[in-house]
Amino acid sequence: MNIHEYQGKEIMRDFGVSVPNGHVAYTVDEAVEAAKKLGSDVTVVKAQIHAGGRGKAGGVKIAKNLDEVRTYADEILGKTLVTHQTGPEGKEVKRLLIEEGCDIKSEYYVGLVLDRATSRVTMMASEEGGTEIEEVAEKTPEKIFKEVIDPVTGLTPFQARRLAFNINIPKESLGKAVKFMLGLYDVFVQKDCSVAEINPLVTTGDGEVMALDSKLNFDDNALFRQKDIAELRDLEEEDPKEVEASKYDLSYIALDGNIGCMVNGAGLAMATMDTIKHYSGDPANFLDVGGGATTEKVTEAFKIILSDENVKGIFVNIFGGIMKCDVIAEGVVEATKQIGLTLPLVVRLEGTNVDAGKKILDESGLNITSADSMAEGAQKIVELVK
Amino acid sequence: MSVYIDKNTKVIVQGITGSTALFHTKQMVEYGTQIVGGVTPGKGGTEVEGIPVFNTVAEAVEKTGANASVIYVPAPFAADAIMEATDSEMDLAICITEHIPVLDMIKVKRYMEGKKTRLVGPNCPGVITPDECKIGIMPGYIHKKGHVGVVSRSGTLTYEAVHQLSEAGIGQSTAVGIGGDPVNGTDFIDVLKAFNEDPDTEAVIMIGEIGGTAEEEAAEWVKANMNKPVVGFIGGRTAPPGKRMGHAGAIISGGKGTADEKIRVMNECGIQVAETPSVMGETLIGVLKDQNLFDKCKTH
Repeated sequence: MNIHEYQGKEIMRDFGVSVPNGHVAYTVDEAVEAAKKLGSDVTVVKAQIHAGGRGKAGGVKIAKNLDEVRTYADEILGKTLVTHQTGPEGKEVKRLLIEEGCDIKSEYYVGLVLDRATSRVTMMASEEGGTEIEEVAEKTPEKIFKEVIDPVTGLTPFQARRLAFNINIPKESLGKAVKFMLGLYDVFVQKDCSVAEINPLVTTGDGEVMALDSKLNFDDNALFRQKDIAELRDLEEEDPKEVEASKYDLSYIALDGNIGCMVNGAGLAMATMDTIKHYSGDPANFLDVGGGATTEKVTEAFKIILSDENVKGIFVNIFGGIMKCDVIAEGVVEATKQIGLTLPLVVRLEGTNVDAGKKILDESGLNITSADSMAEGAQKIVELVK
Repeated sequence: MSVYIDKNTKVIVQGITGSTALFHTKQMVEYGTQIVGGVTPGKGGTEVEGIPVFNTVAEAVEKTGANASVIYVPAPFAADAIMEATDSEMDLAICITEHIPVLDMIKVKRYMEGKKTRLVGPNCPGVITPDECKIGIMPGYIHKKGHVGVVSRSGTLTYEAVHQLSEAGIGQSTAVGIGGDPVNGTDFIDVLKAFNEDPDTEAVIMIGEIGGTAEEEAAEWVKANMNKPVVGFIGGRTAPPGKRMGHAGAIISGGKGTADEKIRVMNECGIQVAETPSVMGETLIGVLKDQNLFDKCKTH
């Protein structure tokens, strides 16, 4: 789960991790009010959307007085920002972070991620702050330093010091940088983060060390014990179809093709998309109905697939293991009737109770094309949506 | 011969009184698996389906002599269940549970370092040695006894591969689902090593998916060590970057973990990769024929 920058900074502040003072604003008046409260010489007006690259897209402005705060807030609020992470349709700005400006001396990068190879959390740091870390990794990998963290001890002060020395934090700021890193690790483990990225981390003219930006992502599987984090979810930042799907415990991801897919199992769902593409079709979504699909779930899955206007046909691909094919077939028939489906529908059933399942489809009198294999089904649906 | 489990494996079910666990326990018993006990804290002394229930794993092991455990405990408590199985020095702990927090699994892995227990999973379908022992949730009937080892990150895609093999008369020695989580116990290399050493396995099919670099590392290992043919498949060629495709571990991040890169490395290391999931079986059969192993692997 993602949260906004200002929310991430509030969490960090609670953990004693240094961030600039700032307030969230939903309206232009609130923005001006927030700037007044800050009373700083320079105020930064920052668009709050769940995507990076806001600065380049005109979503971050430096205001020298309250009039400028008003002007910029008015300009950014309601604007649709298109960045390399939003997709071409962009994202509308509905919230601003009004923050005090600071006297930046140098910019760095600090991030915490899961290192899958070691099954440990790893802190990465670089002198090349402000640029995409992937870019640094590609062009100058020697400028990225890593510390693998033992979960028993957590990040140790010597590891944080080593990182700070390696990225050339000035001596007068060293202690503060170490404190920052240790605090960030505490946030990561206590709040069940999956990513904590500070880019840039800055040192200021008066020797302070603080996070100018913050990107915190959280482990969805841990939200059951992070109720306060779960409450920060901003549904407006997510695809409404994905939000709807999550209510029914369906794993759905919108894509831009025209063939709707309904599959059981994540691996098979990916493979189904791949197969459609192999036969020159375009999948409209990834959808895993999971192992315990019921008629209700199948119906909801159909509704979600059909709410995508681009969908011109549906391919259902089921390998019944524990899930029985007859149950799925009943669900498909019921859903088709309820919704009054008129688009082409190809169904491939295999596995437990497959004969019973096929019989239900055949006897339903509905216009369902059946297929005996994934390849055959994919070819048929690609042909039907042409 | 087989890998990890056989007809002598004695299994306990952790979380046996839950409805999912109970359903699968019945299926396992029906398949012929020796389920010797179950564990549900607080329900010790009772019985389900004629199987004795214990309060702790230690007690279950002491009373039944079990050497493997299958875990269906709900996600918030699953990490603890794995550690309990480890503490009782089980040979094998197979964790079916999905949605375990990553930080819990990091602790579990640290806890298990230097200890005896092998963990398979979490978030996996389990392990099956056809006609001998089935531990997990896979449909038993699609499997056929034979000489091809199967290792996979995905459940249903494993079924797809096994089904294609069985239909073509190619049986399996053991099928191991290692699970779709970013932090798991047994990895591709562990299983490949075991298949390499298993006299009854002639060839291996390895099914991966986007995310991480486990497939690339396994391919390098195959190139350096494996003396049996390996074919592969990678799911998620068309997956968009930055999106988690159902499995917690299936995500392309920072340009890493793409299917194309995995396929490139696998090909380089001498692993033939099936173009589509529908030809996983066909691809393996082609390789078996090339290497004169087909007749040996064909089940009569």
